[in-house]
Amino acid sequence: MAKILEIKNLSKHFDDFTAVKNVDFSVEEGGFFSILGSSGCGKTTLLRIIAGFLQESEGEVIIRGQSMKGIPPEKRPVNIVFQNLALFPMMNVRENIAFGLKRQKLKAADINFKISEMLERVGLNGFEKKKVTDLSGGQRQRVAIARSLVMNPSILLLDEPLGALDRKLREHMKVELKLLQKEIGTTFVYITHDQSEALVMSDQVAVMHDGQFEQIDTPRNLYKNPKTSFVAGFVGDTNRFELQSTGEGAMITRGGWELKRPELNTSPEVLYIRPEAFILNPDNTINDVEQFEVTIKTILFDGSNTKLSTQVSGSSEELLISLPQNAQFDGIVEGHTLKIGVHRDDVKCF
Amino acid sequence: MMKPQNEFNFTFYLLIVPVLLWLIFMIVIPHAELLISSFLVENDDGEMVVSFANYIEFFSQKIYWLTFVKTAAYSIGVTLLAFIIAFPIAFYLTKVTTRKNAAFLMVLLLIPLWVGELVTVYGWMVLLGDNGVINHFLMTIGIINEPLNMLYTNFSLVIGLLYMSMLFMVIPVMSTLQSLDDSLIEAACDLGASKWDIFTKIIIPYSMPGITSGAIIVFMLVIGDYLAPNLLGGKNSLWFTEQIYNSFLQTFNWNEGAAFGFLLLLLSSGIIWLALKVSGQKLEKVGT
Repeated sequence: MAKILEIKNLSKHFDDFTAVKNVDFSVEEGGFFSILGSSGCGKTTLLRIIAGFLQESEGEVIIRGQSMKGIPPEKRPVNIVFQNLALFPMMNVRENIAFGLKRQKLKAADINFKISEMLERVGLNGFEKKKVTDLSGGQRQRVAIARSLVMNPSILLLDEPLGALDRKLREHMKVELKLLQKEIGTTFVYITHDQSEALVMSDQVAVMHDGQFEQIDTPRNLYKNPKTSFVAGFVGDTNRFELQSTGEGAMITRGGWELKRPELNTSPEVLYIRPEAFILNPDNTINDVEQFEVTIKTILFDGSNTKLSTQVSGSSEELLISLPQNAQFDGIVEGHTLKIGVHRDDVKCF
Repeated sequence: MMKPQNEFNFTFYLLIVPVLLWLIFMIVIPHAELLISSFLVENDDGEMVVSFANYIEFFSQKIYWLTFVKTAAYSIGVTLLAFIIAFPIAFYLTKVTTRKNAAFLMVLLLIPLWVGELVTVYGWMVLLGDNGVINHFLMTIGIINEPLNMLYTNFSLVIGLLYMSMLFMVIPVMSTLQSLDDSLIEAACDLGASKWDIFTKIIIPYSMPGITSGAIIVFMLVIGDYLAPNLLGGKNSLWFTEQIYNSFLQTFNWNEGAAFGFLLLLLSSGIIWLALKVSGQKLEKVGT
């Protein structure tokens, strides 16, 4: 597929610090690309550079093979959905969506057609005359997206647009956004600090940290095969252990937990194991499974997300282990010891 | 023990008393007095009788209603000028400069208010007079040979009125601009709006409530002003308030003065009502 957006060695320096350092990536046409990072990592700066509100210090933004150097935001083939949506409060739904079309000097009939088509698409039929201040959070969201999409941009930039919504609605909008993107086929570049949003919706996710990209990958790969220690710790829940020393064919954590590692030839400093990677009561016959005993300290009940807080026998290390809510493990109570296994591939060392 | 219901009532009455006292003694009674006396005329026997004669006088004598039309027209003009001058100032103070600078500049803007209108009007007389600062300066550097006639003209009148009222446009406009989120401007820009579009389609409509309340205050201050027209306007720029003054204190016809006062109140309220209708603004939304 054609590359619609290319970012080449982009950097942005402010007076005394560098917000974006040598970022280099490309987005394929029709893709849903997310940039995931905690606040202050430079993701908003990057988005504003792509939109044209900020000038890059070094590097280049290329959209559809055309350099965007010196092109002001109003001339770029991108539209942005702002964090606070930035709907025009003095206009009704229709006027908000028509704003960009009117600037293009389109005929009234064309404008009407495009608006009703877009309202249909985002499910806001009959809301034309409503004031945007009278809409619910989810409806305002859709108006903001419709206002940008009606411009038929090459790329739609979304700056954490779900941030202000409550949890239930956010879960709902996540799915809705993903479906909408699939349906219309516009390339989305979405920035967020919420990893669940990034993982659920995206085709590709870039994890950003300290102005740099740590890894660009599919959500599944980011989760399964993190390339850096930061990604392993940032994406998803995980157990993190600092290693004290790596002895003969084994790794020993600070808390004195020893994991066998016969084939080990590097000397990692930290390892990560996801709560759901642990096998409860493993069969002795499976290969490559590290087996050990833990004492259950507490059961942290959270429905499908229930976890056991445990201590590894013979060490001071604590482990969080996912507990599937099925009848098989109903007998597990606090204070008991439990046999646990973990596949060697699920132990990520850095 | 008092029931909560009574407690509420007690607080309610306690709080409403000052409001009612203010309304009755400061507004209702003096105006009622004026209203009554405006309908009284002295007949040939020296007795006071009820009549519309004072109001008829206003409409039948050309000088009176022409003065009123001129006063209203100039007040509207000054209000427009105040908007044209105040808007960039308010925009600069809220959106361009830093908060710290804005606070300092705001204090500078307020200084004329501390001095008082009379003193600033005299200040303008010193500046604009035939032997005043401006004429002296222009003649010294040789741009003109004869002093420009600026004082006691409509020009000096407008300057004085503007200077006195401009700040009352700046403040409400600033308060609406402060609540204007910069992302609205960026969103408009992103949707392809030019600078002019952003100004006319986003910034002005957004600040309309502030502009309207500023315009009402400025218009009312200007149309009811007496000092600036009297001191800066000279003989040819008769202001309607001067007519009222003349009725009260030169011809001692208090009844006619009261009628003129009421006409000023009604007509200026009518102009504001009309302006709100035309601009599509609602009074209850103004200033929010």
